[in-house]
Amino acid sequence: MSNQKVTILENILSANDQLAEKNRFLLDKFNIFSLNIMASPGAGKTSVILKTIEALKSTTRIGVIEGDTAAVTIDADKVTAGGAYAVQINTGGNCHLDSSMIEAGLNQLPLESLDLVIIENVGNLVCPAAFELGTNTRVLIASIPEGDDKPYKYPGMYRGVDVLILNKTDLKPYVPFDVNYFRKGVTLLNPGVKIFPLSCITGEGFKPWIEWIKIHLKK
Amino acid sequence: MHELSVTENILKTSLEYAAREHAVKVTAINLNIGQLSSIIDDSVQFYWEFVAKDTICEQARLNFNRIAAEMHCQDCQSHYQLGTEPGPCPSCGSYNVRILSGDEFQLESIEIEK
Repeated sequence: MSNQKVTILENILSANDQLAEKNRFLLDKFNIFSLNIMASPGAGKTSVILKTIEALKSTTRIGVIEGDTAAVTIDADKVTAGGAYAVQINTGGNCHLDSSMIEAGLNQLPLESLDLVIIENVGNLVCPAAFELGTNTRVLIASIPEGDDKPYKYPGMYRGVDVLILNKTDLKPYVPFDVNYFRKGVTLLNPGVKIFPLSCITGEGFKPWIEWIKIHLKK
Repeated sequence: MHELSVTENILKTSLEYAAREHAVKVTAINLNIGQLSSIIDDSVQFYWEFVAKDTICEQARLNFNRIAAEMHCQDCQSHYQLGTEPGPCPSCGSYNVRILSGDEFQLESIEIEK
């Protein structure tokens, strides 16, 4: 009997990453721009998505993949009523979406007639950060009432996103939130990340976000 | 909660490499985990005992090589390590910094008997 060390040097989630590449390839094939929307529960993922659909639906064909930990179709129903195609994925209590769930979701969408796919991840600031899904852009929605210290407490999430939406800016007068401290934390972890402060209630700041999506649409 | 799928992935990859080397037993699994990745050591160890049961990895020791977040200050050029809470350069207070390490989430190697 002999002892031996075998070098591997593989990302622990490489199986998920490989499947994410397949999803990316599929979305590219149909010239679809795609967003993976992550946030804590209650940050306003569904509200931002609904308002985005409303702003874009006259010119853009949109599909939404809704990830939920339970078989509730509240969000999917709202999205369908809002004028987009919706697929509901029940993660069965799991805390995040992974590439295989997205593969299944994409198979249920009419990809040939879509311009934009939005994925609403499970509300959680830890786990979704580790699982690449194959979208063009990873978006984090933070919100004023959550507090200004979140970048410092969830560095993995703030580090791994391309776009940051700061939602519920209409609540600024009522909640202590030091924008400067928040932004410093973001800069520390993710310099250059695109930031959109906005409010789903007043509509303030929504225009730059919509324009940004329009620039990235591929058709 | 995602530590369960993480643990399953570690086992699957370890078993693949062990089979390729015709190992009879895996004695250790070495992981490189950066400070900025969110995995928690204890829960992976906890799941391991269930997930690896009745495999040649059953008795493998999990070694977590924690890699600190090394920072480089672009203003005063000094290097520092992030504390438990990310903070600015301790020498000059600048937030204009670059992260050099800490994102690792890697299965580095396994130790086998054959």
